[in-house]
Amino acid sequence: MSNRKLGPSKTGTSHWWHQRLTAIALVPLVLFLIGLLPNMAGATYREFTALMQIPITPVVLILLVGAGLYHMKLGLQVVIEDYVHNECLKMALVVSLTLFTFFLAAAGIVSIIMLAA
Amino acid sequence: MAEFRLPKNSRIRNGKAHPVNEGAKRRARFKVYRYDPDSGENPQLDTFEIDRDKCGPMVLDALIKIKNEIDPSLTFRRSCREGICGSCAMNIDGTNTLACTKPIDEVKGDVKIYPLPHMAVVKDLVPDLNKAYEQLASVKPWMRNDTPASPDKERLQSPEDREKLDGLYECILCFCCQTSCPSYWWNEDRYLGPAVLLQAYRWIADSRDEATNERLDELEDPFKLYRCHTIMNCAKACPKHLNPAKAIAETKKMLVERQG
Repeated sequence: MSNRKLGPSKTGTSHWWHQRLTAIALVPLVLFLIGLLPNMAGATYREFTALMQIPITPVVLILLVGAGLYHMKLGLQVVIEDYVHNECLKMALVVSLTLFTFFLAAAGIVSIIMLAA
Repeated sequence: MAEFRLPKNSRIRNGKAHPVNEGAKRRARFKVYRYDPDSGENPQLDTFEIDRDKCGPMVLDALIKIKNEIDPSLTFRRSCREGICGSCAMNIDGTNTLACTKPIDEVKGDVKIYPLPHMAVVKDLVPDLNKAYEQLASVKPWMRNDTPASPDKERLQSPEDREKLDGLYECILCFCCQTSCPSYWWNEDRYLGPAVLLQAYRWIADSRDEATNERLDELEDPFKLYRCHTIMNCAKACPKHLNPAKAIAETKKMLVERQG
């Protein structure tokens, strides 16, 4: 076995557990989004921002962006580790994935705050 | 790396056909994977027909009949012929199982027989299991104990504690589950695989073993344990009807439990 010398990394449990926690969190968050969408469809900009002024809307949306992107990052990391066996390429992909996730999270959260402000 | 086509030297060609004598009333046709490392040629699929009235009911009976009467060079492992030694594990009709407990009647159409998937083939239906055995040895599948054993009696266990080993101790290490797991196919060098993880949990679950914490430490790794994505092929393939996925889930639960 290639990595026997290095031994077990003693990690992985948090990754696995966080993936399940975010999955559970996403159930009510996505339900809220589904409830919100009909109200937003066809709304004018003024009606839309009025909806965003209600504190619960941006709060839930920010949680949705955070939990959803974290869940995405954990899941895609597993896919990369499963299928990419070149160590350099694997590390490059996981690093890119992490940075890209942070970028998406920042973009999403800033957008929500600007709409709610 | 995931591969989507067999390597050039592993692609299977059509092989020889051995038709049964005229006069046989009930016939069965077997398509058997053949590979001879000495020939330097690609593997091939040979066709054998047998007279069901002169053959036992199981796939292994047919393989033994073929070896005895048609082609003595056909190579496969077998020993107990009653599902307890795990030697005759192979891929029959698309599923990993034991040839000795698989009735020919259960297969519709031709009986296709291949070695266990995604393992190097030594010859015909004999896969190279060395890596899997090495992985098994790495989890130290024996009782680890600091307390010295009493010289005059066994280490005792309550009936309730003994019951916790049901569904684990029956494993015969045929590696049907191990070689049915796509995650093991992709990462066989680092993922321990369902058979080995079931063995690891068999000792974690044993009330007489005192190395639970060390065993959990040794398993906690994104590859050794967490390549299990609950695909469940292992539970489906197991010819002893065990559930390695459950043993893996219990191990993951214990790892979460000790964090909180």
